[in-house]
Amino acid sequence: MNKKQKKMLKRIIAAAIMMIVLKVAGIFIPFGKIPFGNLLLFALYMVPYLTIGYDILRKAWKGIRNHQVFDENFLMAVATVGAIIVALIESGDYTEAIAVMLFYQIGELFQSIAVGKSRKNISELMDIRPDYANIEVDGQLRQVSPDEVAIGSIIVVQPGEKVPIDGVVEEGTSTLNTSALTGESLPREVQAGDEIISGCINMSGLLRIRTTKEFGESTVSKILDLVENSSSKKSRSENFISKFAKYYTPAVCYSALVLAFLPPIINLVIGNSPEWGTWVYRALTFLVTSCPCALVISIPLSFFAGIGGASHEGVLIKGSNYLETLAQTKYVVFDKTGTMTQGVFEVSDIESKDLPKEQVLEYAALAESFSSHPISKSLQKAYQKKIDQNRVTDVEEISGHGVTAKVDGVPVAVGNDKLMRSLGLSYDACDKIGTIVYVAVNGRYEGYILISDLLKPTSKEAISALHRGGIKKTVMLTGDRAAVASQVAKELGVDEVYSELLPADKVTKVEELLEKKGAKEKLAFVGDGINDAPVLSRADIGIAMGALGSDAAIEAADIVLMDDDPLKISKAIKISRKCLRIVYENTYFAIGIKLLCLVLVALGYANMWFAIFADVGVMVIAVVNAIRALFVKNL
Amino acid sequence: MKKSYEIEVDCANCANKMEEAAANTPGVKSANVNFMALKMTVEFEEGQDPKKVMEAVLANCKKVEDDCEIFF
Repeated sequence: MNKKQKKMLKRIIAAAIMMIVLKVAGIFIPFGKIPFGNLLLFALYMVPYLTIGYDILRKAWKGIRNHQVFDENFLMAVATVGAIIVALIESGDYTEAIAVMLFYQIGELFQSIAVGKSRKNISELMDIRPDYANIEVDGQLRQVSPDEVAIGSIIVVQPGEKVPIDGVVEEGTSTLNTSALTGESLPREVQAGDEIISGCINMSGLLRIRTTKEFGESTVSKILDLVENSSSKKSRSENFISKFAKYYTPAVCYSALVLAFLPPIINLVIGNSPEWGTWVYRALTFLVTSCPCALVISIPLSFFAGIGGASHEGVLIKGSNYLETLAQTKYVVFDKTGTMTQGVFEVSDIESKDLPKEQVLEYAALAESFSSHPISKSLQKAYQKKIDQNRVTDVEEISGHGVTAKVDGVPVAVGNDKLMRSLGLSYDACDKIGTIVYVAVNGRYEGYILISDLLKPTSKEAISALHRGGIKKTVMLTGDRAAVASQVAKELGVDEVYSELLPADKVTKVEELLEKKGAKEKLAFVGDGINDAPVLSRADIGIAMGALGSDAAIEAADIVLMDDDPLKISKAIKISRKCLRIVYENTYFAIGIKLLCLVLVALGYANMWFAIFADVGVMVIAVVNAIRALFVKNL
Repeated sequence: MKKSYEIEVDCANCANKMEEAAANTPGVKSANVNFMALKMTVEFEEGQDPKKVMEAVLANCKKVEDDCEIFF
């Protein structure tokens, strides 16, 4: 609790005690019989009333003077002052007015604590802002503000510290914890020459980093900017609530006026007793009931909690409106390379006749070791062991065919089908998708190595999760060849696939899909952000993935998935749906209960105690429900 | 020019009122209050002195919500 809240708590306790003492005293002391007893009682009860309500009365008064009449302070002030006047004239029971003020303030206090708490929770989740950077001056480490570090400076990051600025590792090896950025708990290894992104936490070794960006342009600043400004784009629900509150309070006040005067006047006209007291009391209770706090607080709180929880999972959402759109997504269109596949070419299969597979790979890797072709890199990567180039002699690179060489004195040919044919070797033609490298040893075909763009390990699961989650159609767009595209699509279980598309064709395709779908069904496009920017902005909602370090993606997309995992697409959708469900629950619940109570009050079935309990109760439930949006880990 | 300021305000509805009051202040092109982050982002019109405009913004905000503060 902060100072303001503590003060409020003291006021609440003091007023409650005074009220109870007066009530008990009233039983023993016959105030009605002593001279001016009623006035004395009134004066005594005013002490707890003003203790608990002076600020509300002051605010209401200021509101009237500044022509901002209708707010909840006004409602509370009118209701309680009215109740006191009714008590003065008729019942002599002032506790009701005090209790209303008391519970109202308890509700406000609870709300302020709950909001403060979730504000703190969320900012802790997003606690990636580095406070300082270490630079070396005359062999001594000095802490400076990250803002002051120029591009190209060397900064030192000790174990346990955050990497403050993007850069390249000059010296040292370490493991990095990227979980604050990606929600991914798997640590990442770095060594000299690797790029490093600000916001990661250095876990093990000392690192010297040459900065490549200013702090303001670094990943961590961009992300913080994005998250902090996220709620500036308001959702339709939030706009609805602010509009609602604008019309609601005046409407309720006028209804209360009507309730206070119309029935007594009708009674007078038709010759009954007017019963002013009853109707004025009902009108006052009506005012107490009507307070819209539950709605006004819980909707933005839900969105804030949803966005906060999502960012902890590595899903950055640029605004409440995008959360809303994402929840209505029925079509997910995505790019293949880099989104569903890893975008790097790796050995995915080795087939051999007589030699062990490892040996086929070894011969191929060695023979290709002098080549700078990407295939050579993939082979060497798959081979893993250190390559001793002394074992390789008589290397001859035949452009467009492959390589022939002697490995340990044994003639080896590594290349495509053309190479095999030109050497007059018989080989088993392979029709798998990818680049096929045939290997012949000692003039005899020994097998092939398949190099292809691998699917990400979670891609298949990601697509089926989308289908399970009620996505109507998944569509894959790719610039790749039709054969490759359809095979990948089949493997993933994608509904539709369009291949051999240029970037502009992708936009056209997305536009076609946008036209076909229903108005309330939204279309999301998922891409890796670098060349997909036009499509990302054309779709109802653009999701960029693998954005760690890619400024273009952070700029172009509405939602940014910090790591490469396509499973996060369905996770993001689930988070948005949970958040929206909570928003709707709160909206319907709060408005529903309010309307019900208003009707009960107008018909005289409820008194002021009931009204204030209903008001505070609904608010507490709505706030607690809103905070639920924060918990999205196990979705 | 756009600038962001920290604010202090107690209720979400009051934050909305502040936003409206700030947006209607002369010299302010657009204003946005983020209640949860307790931040006000103000976009000033060309050639306006932010400090002077912010004084007017604060005065207007105080009118609609007595209990608020803007730190500039």
